[in-house]
Amino acid sequence: MESDIILRVNGREWPLRVDTRTTLLDALRERLGVTSPKKGCDHGQCGACTVLLDGRRINGCLVLAVACDGSEVVTAEGLGTDGELHPVQQAFVDHDGFQCGYCTPGQVCSAVGMLEEVAAGWPSAAGRPVADTPVLDDAEIRERMSGNLCRCGAYANIVTAVRAAKEVSR
Amino acid sequence: MSGLLENTSTRAIGADIGRVDGPAKVTGTATYAFEHQLNAPAYLHPIQATVVRGRVREFDTRDAEAVPGVLTVLTHDNAARLADIGDAELAVLQSDEVAHRGQVIGAVLAETPEAARQAVRLVRVHYEERSHDVRFSAARTDLYTPGEAEDDEQGDLAGAMASAPVTVDHTYTTPMEHNNPMEPHSTIAVWEDAGLTLYESTQGVHSVRSTMAELFGLDPERVRVIAPHVGGGFGSKGPLHPPVVLAALAARLLPGRPVKLALTRQQMFDLVGYRSPTIQRVRLAAEPDGRLTGIGIDVTAQTARFKEFLEQAGKPTEVMYAAPNRRITHRLAALDVAPPTWMRAPGECPGMFGPEVAMDELAVACGVDPVELRVRNEPGTEPASGRPFSSRNLVACLREGARRFGWQDRDPEPRRRMEDGWLVGTGVAASTYPTGQMPGSVAAVRFEDGHYHVRIGAADIGTGAWTVLTQIAADALGVPVTAVRLRIGDSSLPSASLAGGSTGTVSWGSTIVAAAQAFRERHGTAPADGAEARAGLPDNPNRERYAMHAFGAQFAEVRVHADTGEVRVPRLLGVFAAGRIVNPRTARSQFIGGMTMGLSMALHEDSVVDPRFGCVVNHDLAEYHIAANADVVDLQAHWIDEADPYVNPLGAKGIGEIGIVGTAAAIVNAAYHATGVRVRELPMTLEHFLA
Repeated sequence: MESDIILRVNGREWPLRVDTRTTLLDALRERLGVTSPKKGCDHGQCGACTVLLDGRRINGCLVLAVACDGSEVVTAEGLGTDGELHPVQQAFVDHDGFQCGYCTPGQVCSAVGMLEEVAAGWPSAAGRPVADTPVLDDAEIRERMSGNLCRCGAYANIVTAVRAAKEVSR
Repeated sequence: MSGLLENTSTRAIGADIGRVDGPAKVTGTATYAFEHQLNAPAYLHPIQATVVRGRVREFDTRDAEAVPGVLTVLTHDNAARLADIGDAELAVLQSDEVAHRGQVIGAVLAETPEAARQAVRLVRVHYEERSHDVRFSAARTDLYTPGEAEDDEQGDLAGAMASAPVTVDHTYTTPMEHNNPMEPHSTIAVWEDAGLTLYESTQGVHSVRSTMAELFGLDPERVRVIAPHVGGGFGSKGPLHPPVVLAALAARLLPGRPVKLALTRQQMFDLVGYRSPTIQRVRLAAEPDGRLTGIGIDVTAQTARFKEFLEQAGKPTEVMYAAPNRRITHRLAALDVAPPTWMRAPGECPGMFGPEVAMDELAVACGVDPVELRVRNEPGTEPASGRPFSSRNLVACLREGARRFGWQDRDPEPRRRMEDGWLVGTGVAASTYPTGQMPGSVAAVRFEDGHYHVRIGAADIGTGAWTVLTQIAADALGVPVTAVRLRIGDSSLPSASLAGGSTGTVSWGSTIVAAAQAFRERHGTAPADGAEARAGLPDNPNRERYAMHAFGAQFAEVRVHADTGEVRVPRLLGVFAAGRIVNPRTARSQFIGGMTMGLSMALHEDSVVDPRFGCVVNHDLAEYHIAANADVVDLQAHWIDEADPYVNPLGAKGIGEIGIVGTAAAIVNAAYHATGVRVRELPMTLEHFLA
């Protein structure tokens, strides 16, 4: 079964006919050639496909493209470009928050989404009472970034990068 | 050999330079194998055996072929015949035999990934099933001694054990583990009249080219392999595995059209290798002051019945500690399983678990500080070979680590510290990894448009090769890094050895140094546009004379919850002696990355095989746990200045693997100190503390 949808990706509008089984991730990568979100597990277990869907971080592999008709999708390549990197991207470069780079666009989108969540007062499982205003210390960064796996083991530098980006954006 | 770069004004080597591929990676525009944009690709999905052993009697593909968009169903009946190159793992679709569960027995090629996947589910396979055996045990009666690892005996270990005042004799185990790079193994294969083009996720484009050319009976010049960026490998993308062969077989049926194959995460547990489980009996004989009189390790590992691979976990015991009596043995259990392969520090990583925990047990038995125990057993020459070390700074790493970690105030008694319901302890273990060099690399240097174009078919799997080779080339040519244009990751570039065995930077870098020297000798310092020179990796006669290894020391703080047994690692600190550090930023990442994977090994990783069904049952990242961000708290890597004039012209040692060596032992030793419970198997989970 196929459906006609319109996806807005990184500011550009794409009319698209999709197999209703197609995930947002596959639509981006295989139909639109937008390969900044990566496929690491296709099951929402690794976070490599994290994108911002209408401003919130989601796993692109867990959303069907047909359900995103009219939605705004921002991927890592929509956040910044070489020469004009987003502060989170610049911090990842400065602090070597990656090695192979495959989980990195997802980490970057996740960090951007996460900083918004903290600013909006969303609680986490890091241990504070949920009614408290969250304070983004390292333990909170680690907890809130734990949905994005990195097999190269760059976590220590990712935390440093996110902390630095937070300070820049302040 | 020494100091070839000392004469140039070294500006780039040692500089803290950000990755040259950094902006591409943080924006997601670095192109990985599956992402090359080619016209009208077809999608391939493997059909995998659902029996462990037997043969396929019949495929019923009628329903599969009826799925709209299906182009063809590939089986051993219509697959091209391949040359027998002596690697049974790569004889893909060459017979109806099934040698392990999950083996590729066919594939569906379709217009869309959805159609290919749906059709695979509709293929009905009738098997002739045979009995199977996948039970790994050191008690098996059919264990055998692999040809590549004869028993290695010096003196009389049994005699030393019988007469020593203090002995340790325990069995330690490490589980089956899967590499799981974040980028699944992926291929785009294009078969045209001109030949075969592969966009491949690999640690070595040239080895893929030569192996595929041999398999398919093609002139190597007609095979091109392209891999500018690779999303991790950790060994599994070193040797070839069935998927790339399958993709090429399918592309051959569809000439001119790109065929795309990306393994699912589940398939990664069946088809691209893993670290063998190991069972290690470790024996230590010592004087009351901890000085070893004997050391031994008897390793049992598993292999596939149809292809041998040995996890050589006894190797580090040849290197680490002085003792007049020594015995190292390996035995293999041949099972109906997929073949194991390299996984980060094969041999050294599991092989430093048992011995380094045993050293901690000896320290306790002798009442000697575990740092001091290791210092007391420092050998003057490499114990097994008698060769001098080109450099060995284990003691300096132990001392510097102890200083940085605050080891001196440690109360050696276990189970003394309790904080907020958590038992707290600290532990130490040593690290080692050989400094190798792989032959076969060639580099070309060409001056054009004001830039030095340096070309070598190397691979960057996250190591930083794009960056550090640029730095090495800059210094070897005596120019700023901005004057260097590096190209790697394409088999149309001069030949390069694999990114494996921590040999990439030193092998390719030394080759680039030789090519730069050849360039300057021929063209001087003011070359004409188009001037070019190339050179191969020179032999290093010092490799015969010296034992070459990097060393390190890792310190861990572990908390075990007194009620729940939950284990946390709030601190992990490593100090390494690995020759000259080419780029501190990328080097630190290599070390902390290895240590993080070591933490993951200590606490989480465990591929669980169900012997009834012969497969890994926890075959995804929700059930095969790897360390997540919240597992890593205060993790530090440091190094000492180490000048080694013998290893290579760079004075550098490989650093991609040593970080994972010893980490798990340090964590287990810290958990003993915290709780008084000695864990001898991995992963170390809460049930160990709740008995």
